[in-house]
Amino acid sequence: MTTFRRLPKGGRIDRAKPVSARFDGKSLGGFAGDTLASALLANDKVLVGRSFKYHRPRGIVAAGIEEPNGLFTLGEGATTEPNVAATMVDLVEGLVAKTQNAWPSADFDLMAVNSILSPLFQSGFYYKTLMGPSKGSWMFYEPFIRKAAGLGKATDLPDPDRYDMRFAFCDVLVIGSGPAGLAAALTAGRSGARVVLAEQDSDFGGSLLSGNDAEHEAWRIACVEELKGLSNVEAFTRTTVQGLYDGNLAVLVENRSHLRPDAKKGEARMLLTQLRAKAIVMATGAIERPLVFSNNDRPGVMLASALRTYANRYAVAPDKRAVIAANNDTAYQVALDLADAGVPVTVADHRAAVSADILSRAGAKGIAIFPGSGIFDVEGSKGVKRVKLGGTHAVTIECDVVGMAGGWSPVVHLSSHGGIKPKYDEAVAGFVPGGFAPSHFGAGAMMGTFGLSAAVAEGANAGASAASSAGFGKTRPIYAPEHATDRTYAILPTWTPAYSAKGKAFVDFQSDVTIKDVKTAHQEGYRSVEHLKRYTTLGMGTDQGKTSNINALALMAEYRGITIPEAGTTTFRPPYAPLTMGAIAGRTVGAHFRPVRLSPLNDWHAKNGGIFIDAGLWKRAWYYAWAGNSPETAYVKEMELVRRGVGLADVSTLGKIDIQGPDAAEFLNRVYVNGFAKLPVGKVRYGVMLNDDGIVLDDGTTARITENQFYMTTTTAQAGEVMSWLEYLLQMHWPELNVQVASLTDEWAGMAVSGPKAREALQLAFPEADLSDAALPYMGCKDIRFDGVTVRLLRMSFSGELAYEVHVAADYAISLWEHILKAAASTGIKPYGLEALASLRIEKGHVAGLELDHRNTLDDLGLGKMAGKEKDYVGKALRFREDCQRPERWSLVGLELMEPDKKLRGGSILFAATDEIKGHGRGYITSVTWSTELNKFIALGLFDGGLKHEGEEIIAAFPLKNEQARLKIVSPHFIDKEGARLHA
Amino acid sequence: MMLPCPHCGDRDVSEFRYGGDASKERPAHGTGDLQTWNDYVFLFENPKGPHTEYWQHVLGCRRWFKLARNTATNEIGGVVS
Repeated sequence: MTTFRRLPKGGRIDRAKPVSARFDGKSLGGFAGDTLASALLANDKVLVGRSFKYHRPRGIVAAGIEEPNGLFTLGEGATTEPNVAATMVDLVEGLVAKTQNAWPSADFDLMAVNSILSPLFQSGFYYKTLMGPSKGSWMFYEPFIRKAAGLGKATDLPDPDRYDMRFAFCDVLVIGSGPAGLAAALTAGRSGARVVLAEQDSDFGGSLLSGNDAEHEAWRIACVEELKGLSNVEAFTRTTVQGLYDGNLAVLVENRSHLRPDAKKGEARMLLTQLRAKAIVMATGAIERPLVFSNNDRPGVMLASALRTYANRYAVAPDKRAVIAANNDTAYQVALDLADAGVPVTVADHRAAVSADILSRAGAKGIAIFPGSGIFDVEGSKGVKRVKLGGTHAVTIECDVVGMAGGWSPVVHLSSHGGIKPKYDEAVAGFVPGGFAPSHFGAGAMMGTFGLSAAVAEGANAGASAASSAGFGKTRPIYAPEHATDRTYAILPTWTPAYSAKGKAFVDFQSDVTIKDVKTAHQEGYRSVEHLKRYTTLGMGTDQGKTSNINALALMAEYRGITIPEAGTTTFRPPYAPLTMGAIAGRTVGAHFRPVRLSPLNDWHAKNGGIFIDAGLWKRAWYYAWAGNSPETAYVKEMELVRRGVGLADVSTLGKIDIQGPDAAEFLNRVYVNGFAKLPVGKVRYGVMLNDDGIVLDDGTTARITENQFYMTTTTAQAGEVMSWLEYLLQMHWPELNVQVASLTDEWAGMAVSGPKAREALQLAFPEADLSDAALPYMGCKDIRFDGVTVRLLRMSFSGELAYEVHVAADYAISLWEHILKAAASTGIKPYGLEALASLRIEKGHVAGLELDHRNTLDDLGLGKMAGKEKDYVGKALRFREDCQRPERWSLVGLELMEPDKKLRGGSILFAATDEIKGHGRGYITSVTWSTELNKFIALGLFDGGLKHEGEEIIAAFPLKNEQARLKIVSPHFIDKEGARLHA
Repeated sequence: MMLPCPHCGDRDVSEFRYGGDASKERPAHGTGDLQTWNDYVFLFENPKGPHTEYWQHVLGCRRWFKLARNTATNEIGGVVS
C-alpha cells in the first residue's frame, strides 16, 4: 500500500544531487533540498514513531519547527543528539537517524501494550497512583515509567563538536523572512541601516517556499537577490531567534549541523550570537492548528498546510486521495495546489456555507466540497484507510491522507518574552501581540495579517518604522507582486469536535494529551491554564505546545463557560525552540569553564616539582615534590622546614592595594577598626575591616611607605571585595577625602621567607641591606634597591616564626625567587606550599578565610580588643547591636584531639559532651592540621560561647562518615604565645 | 540590559556589579546612633517600579554611580548625581 509518492517533477529539490542517509540502519534516499521528514515521506515511511505514553503509531504531522511527532535521534556515539524534529534536519550525505520510544521497532512496538492500559495514563495518573498511600511506590515504579514513556536518550560521552559564541550589533533585526520579513528587511536595508535578517529555515521566503505561483517566486528571488547585494545587510538561514531580552538583546542560534560531515576541524556546529539591535521587526509568521477528532493521531493525518509544503516544496504528495477537514478558507489553497499536483481532494468544511468564489475555483479542479461536515472518525490502525464524516454529509471516503485546517496561531512568542501578554483576537481566532516595546514592530501573519499583499505592506511599513527608530530616515518601500490576491480567512473556530466518534481525540500529540484529559483536569479542579498544563503535561514537550496550546485553552474556556481571553495563555519563555546545551555553553567548557588565575611564579612551580591545587580561580602550589609524594606527608615536612630552618612560599595571590593621597591615613583610620592615623613611616600594622553591619569583612596588613603612600594586603579570597568597598566609600560617600586606590594584585608578586633562619637567608640574598633587628624590627618595612629594581621588605609573619615578605613587580618575580634560593642555599632554604602555609597559621592561631565566614564579629574572633575605643570606624555602631552581643555566639576556639588513633576533619559539627549528636550542633571545625610542634591533630573552630569553655571536653561529629571524636577546647594560640619567635 | 557608565558609556550589565539601594542617605561617618545605622543598613523598600541603585563598572573603569532603573521593566532612567 502506498500512501505518499515523489512527484515526477517540480519542487525545490535538486534531482541532479541524490543524497543517501541512514535511517534505522537502512539506506534512505532523497535529494539535496530534502529534509529528513520529506525524504521519509517520499520513501513512503509514514509510521515513524510511537507516542509518548500510549505508544500509538505516529507519523509526521507538520513541515516546520512545530512538528510534535517526528522526533529522532541523530548521529552515533559521541555525536548522538536526541529528540530532533525531522522537519528541521537537512537531508545530507552521511546523516544517521534512528526512531525513538519504540522497541524493537516503530512498526512492531511491544510497548504498545500501554495503549491497552491507557486508563492508567490519564491526566494526573502519576500523582494519583504513585504518590499514593505507600511512599515507596514512586521510587519503585519510576525507572520503569521513565523507560516506557521516554523520549530519546542523550549520550554521556563528551561532545566532540565545537560550539561558538559571538557578540554583534545592528540597527534593525528582522526575524523571519516570509513576505512580511523580506519586505521589512529590504525597506530597512534601503535606508542604509545595518540590517540582520534571521531565518530559521534553510532558505529565505517563509510561506512563499510552500507555494507554486511563478510570479510570487520571482518576487521572492528578486527580494533575496537585492538583500544579498546590499553590503549593510547580513542575512542568515538556519538561524533561530531563541529569545528577546532587555535592552534589545536577541539571542540567535545558527545551526550548521548540515555541514557536519564536511566540517573542517575546529568549525563550530552551532553559533550563538548575542545581538544588540536598535530596533526589531518580528515577522515570525503563524502555525497551523490541528483539529480535534477521533483518532486524529493516525499516521497520515497531518496539518493541511504541511501537505501543501510537501507537495510544492519537496514534490511529495498523497498517492490516492486526501481529505481535508477545514474551518476556514486557507484550506482551499491546499486543496487547489494538491489538485494541481494531481491528487484527488475532498474538503469537509465545518462551515455551513462556502463562498461562491471558492466553490467555482474548486469545482473547476474537481475538488469535492462537503459543507457543514466534519470528521467523525478515522479508520486504519497504522495508517489511514478511510474517514467517516459527520454532519450534513455523513459519508465514508476511502483515502490515505487527512489534512487538518484548524486555523492559524500567530507566533507571538518573541513579542511576549519581555513580559507583554498577548491578546485574543476574535477575527483571527487566536492570540496576537498585546503590544510592543517602543523599538519593536510586528508584521504579517504574527499580527494576524494573513494575506500576501497585506503582509508585504505591513512588513514594508514596519521596516521603515524600525529604520526610522534606529535613526535612518529615508527609504523606498517594497511592493507586493502585482497579482497578489489576499486570501480570505473567514474562520469559524471549532474547539469541541462537533461529530467525533469515541476514539481518542488528541489535543497534544507529543505529550499524548486527549480531549478527555482536558475534561478530567477541569472536573478535578485544575482550571487555570497554568494548572491544566502541569496536571496534564500539555504543552510541556519539546514542541512546547506550538500546535496544541490554543486548542487546549479554548476547550478549557468552553468547559468553564468563560471566554478565551478570560482563560488567558500560559507564559512564553525562551528558548523558542529546543537547542542543544552545547550551543549555550559555547567554548566555556572543560578547562575554559571559568577563568584561571596564575601567580607570576606559576612557571617556576610547574618546573620545580610544585603540585597544584585550585583555590578560587587561582592555581596555587599545594606542596613540592622535594617534601614527598602525598600531601599528607609532604606538608608536615614543609612545616618542619619552616619551624626549624627557613622556607620560601609564594604569597602573590594576596590582594595588594596601593593607597595614595594626603588623606590616605585618615581614610585607613576610618575603614580599619584599629588606629592607622599615627602609623609611622616604615611600619606595618595588622588591621581588620568591618562592614556597615558590624560583621568582619576582611583582615590584612597595611604598611606606610611614605607620609602619603600606603601598601595594603588583603586575604586572597576577599581581594576583589575589599577593593570595590574602598572605591565605593571614596567615590560615593567620602568625596572630601583626597585619596586614590589602585589594585596591584596582578602587578606585584609576594613571597614569604619564614623560619628561624629567615634573616640569615635574606641577608645572603641582599648582602648590602641592613636587616638587623634594629634596622628592620618586627612589623617594620622598607623598600630597598636590588639589581636596579625596587624590592619591598615587610617583616611580618603568618607562620609565627621570624619571617619577612618580599614584594616585587611581577616581571621580576621568578628571577628574585631563584636568586633567594640560590644565594641562601647554605641555609637549606626550600619552597613550601599552600598546605604548609595554611597549617603553620593554624598552629599560630591566625584566622583566615575559613574562619572569616561573613557571620562573625570582632569578639567572635577574639579580636575585640583591637578596636579603637575613641576613634570612629566603619561598622562601629552596629558592632554593638544586641545580636552581636549575645554571649552564646559561635566564637573562635582552639581544639586538640583527645583520641590519638582518630582523625579530625574540617567541617565536623561540634557538640557539648552531654548533647545528643543530632542537628546543627553548637559550632563547627573550620581548619584542621597535624601539629608538628604538639604531635597531634589540632584545629580551629567556632563554638557556642567560645573560650568561656576553655579546658572542657566536647565532641566533633562527622555524620557523612559516621565518625565521632573527643576534643578539648584550648587557646587558639598553640605555639609561642608570647611571640618571642616573631621578635627574634 | 545595557547600563550607562558615566565614564565609558553604554555597556552590558555583565560588566557591572550591583551595589544596593541608593535611595537612602548614608549616615555621616562618626554617627554613633544605633537606630540610624540600623535603619540605613537593614530597612529597604524593595519597590516594584522606579528605583535608585548603586552600580559599579567593576569589569571596566571601576566607576561607581547611582542609577535610576525601573525594577519592573528594566527601563533605565539614567545616572543620578
